[in-house]
Amino acid sequence: MADVNRGNRPLSPHLQVYRLPLAAITSILTRITGHALVAGIVLIVWWLLAAVSSPGAFACADWVVRSWLGFIVLTGSMWALWYHLLAGIRHLFYDAGYGMNIEQAQKSSQALIAGSVGLAVLTLIVFFIF
Amino acid sequence: MRYITPLKAAEGLGSAHSGTQHHWAMTVTAVALLVLTPLFMITVACAIGLPRELLLVYFGRPFPAIITALFVTVGMIHFIKGTRIMIDDYLQGGARKAAIIASVIFGWAVIACALYALARMGLGAIVVV
Repeated sequence: MADVNRGNRPLSPHLQVYRLPLAAITSILTRITGHALVAGIVLIVWWLLAAVSSPGAFACADWVVRSWLGFIVLTGSMWALWYHLLAGIRHLFYDAGYGMNIEQAQKSSQALIAGSVGLAVLTLIVFFIF
Repeated sequence: MRYITPLKAAEGLGSAHSGTQHHWAMTVTAVALLVLTPLFMITVACAIGLPRELLLVYFGRPFPAIITALFVTVGMIHFIKGTRIMIDDYLQGGARKAAIIASVIFGWAVIACALYALARMGLGAIVVV
């Protein structure tokens, strides 16, 4: 065993070789949405900070917030926030020991996607009506 | 004969001694954010599109100010602890240390910026003549 060449052994197929099951996709999306949300919070905090800085700074930040770029970032953040919230609820259930078998994980994964998209559409509708 | 020692399960805080608190902090901030997130969405949705004078007055009011302060503070603490999990998973050695330091500094900088802005709006709003 000691003289085995440990640096040149065949490796097992890596993660990207496999077609990820839905539960794996929804799991990694929790992490991705959580970290992507930093874009939304930075935009909002910059906007607040600009409002107390000067009229010029606010005009610039407010223009970005209300531009198509701001719309994409804020709408994306809104969906990501709903997704991460629902996934967080699922994590709390996981921690309590519920919902961990394959069928339940499949069902909760579908609920996560449908629920987050549904809540995001509902939020947009409410936002544009009121 | 079963080759299982009594230490097949972690005892107390486990050999690392500190992961339990991290997980518990994530749980507590997650539950707090469960309540704060919808409230913060409503707060921001009502503020977008306001002209600067009205925005300053709006965030000077107790409800928008407190919800925003809580959401950003608790959210960024959740962010710092959440990125730590990802950093521990994907980075090693010096890169891990640098990423953890950057994440903590960035998180608290965002909190400081938000609280400063809210304080300026809140403290400036009351003018007793």
